[in-house]
Order: sequence, then structure tokens, then C-alpha cells
Amino acid sequence: MFAVTAFAVLIALGIALGRAFLGPTVFDRILAVNSVGTKTVLLIAILGFLTERPEFLDIAIVYALINFIGVVAVLKFVKYGDLAAASRGEDGL
Amino acid sequence: MIELALDILSWFFLLTGSAFVLIGAFGMWRLPDFYSRLHPAGLTDTMGAGLVLLGLLLQADNFTVGVKLAIIAVFLLVTSPTTGHATARAALASGLRIWQASGKPHGANAERKDDDT
Repeated sequence: MFAVTAFAVLIALGIALGRAFLGPTVFDRILAVNSVGTKTVLLIAILGFLTERPEFLDIAIVYALINFIGVVAVLKFVKYGDLAAASRGEDGL
Repeated sequence: MIELALDILSWFFLLTGSAFVLIGAFGMWRLPDFYSRLHPAGLTDTMGAGLVLLGLLLQADNFTVGVKLAIIAVFLLVTSPTTGHATARAALASGLRIWQASGKPHGANAERKDDDT
């Protein structure tokens, strides 16, 4: 049963990667990469149960944290071209 | 007896969660523009991840594993709406137009955005 779920998540990962390659806008790519990150967390958690090694869950927590920080950093970089820029006015992130 | 019931419940949650993850991925592939693709992305992050983690939680054999799974679930539920909101807001602030079936085609706008970045 874990193998079926892992396979479904792998197929979904492939489709999301295809969307990340095709675009067409940069925001489509960011959204797809964010989705790939979420599915990676799920896949690592399922693999931990599949191989009877629950330590994998720690790695899944770290992936969830890095995914969030990474997406927000990339969004800020795309918008301002500079990670250290102060947000300007009403339309800041 | 109770273990069999828990197993069946956990399989149900795992299979439904996989179905939601797959539907979200297909929606992200098929829908016409960025703003409509936000919706299946949210579907994957909430229903898909939530149900899969709930199914795994029913299979957890000790307390620590369950707590870690709950931490992952809570963290995904907090961060995925935040990133979705930030992405949509950044796209709106950068002037990405909303797709309309009868109006201006998405293609011209999309090419302009690709040149920018």
C-alpha cells in the first residue's frame, strides 16, 4: 500500500516537473517548484514507512522548512532582483 | 480486530490522498493560466498531503513518529497558503493578466513575461 502511494506521488512529481520546464511564465515555474517540494516531503515520509526507517521523517521536516524559505527567497529575488532589497510600499511581498 | 479496522482506514486515507495528489498534478498540467493553476496546487498541498499524512499517522507504531508526522502536517498547512498567497500577489503586482476564454489570448502576454525574466 505504501508502494502504491509512493508511485502515485512519483507520477505527480513528474507532471509537476514538466510544468516547471514548460513555464510559460516565471510564476508558473515557481508554483511548480513549490509543488515539487511538497511532493518531495510526502515521498520521503512514505519512503520512511516503506523501508521501516522512521528517521526519514526528520529529513522530511527539514525539506519542508527549506522549501518554504527557498520559495519566498526566489519570489523576492524575481520581484526585486536583489535579496537584500527593502520592500517598497503596498505591493511588497 | 481493531488493528484490521485501523489498517483499512489508513489504506483508505492513503489511496484517497494519492488520488488527490494525482488530480492536483493533472490540474496543474491542463489548466490554462497561472491563476487557475494556483487552485490544483492548493488542492495538492491541503487535501493530498493532509490525507496521506493522516494515513501514515494511523500506521505509526510509536509516539515519536506520530508527533513528527503531526509537525510535518501542521507546517505544511501553515506554509503552503502563505507561499500560494505570496506567489499570486507577486504575479498580480508584476502585471500578469488573467486568462479569459473569449478575450485577449494568454500567449502574447506570456511571451512578454518570458522576455522580462
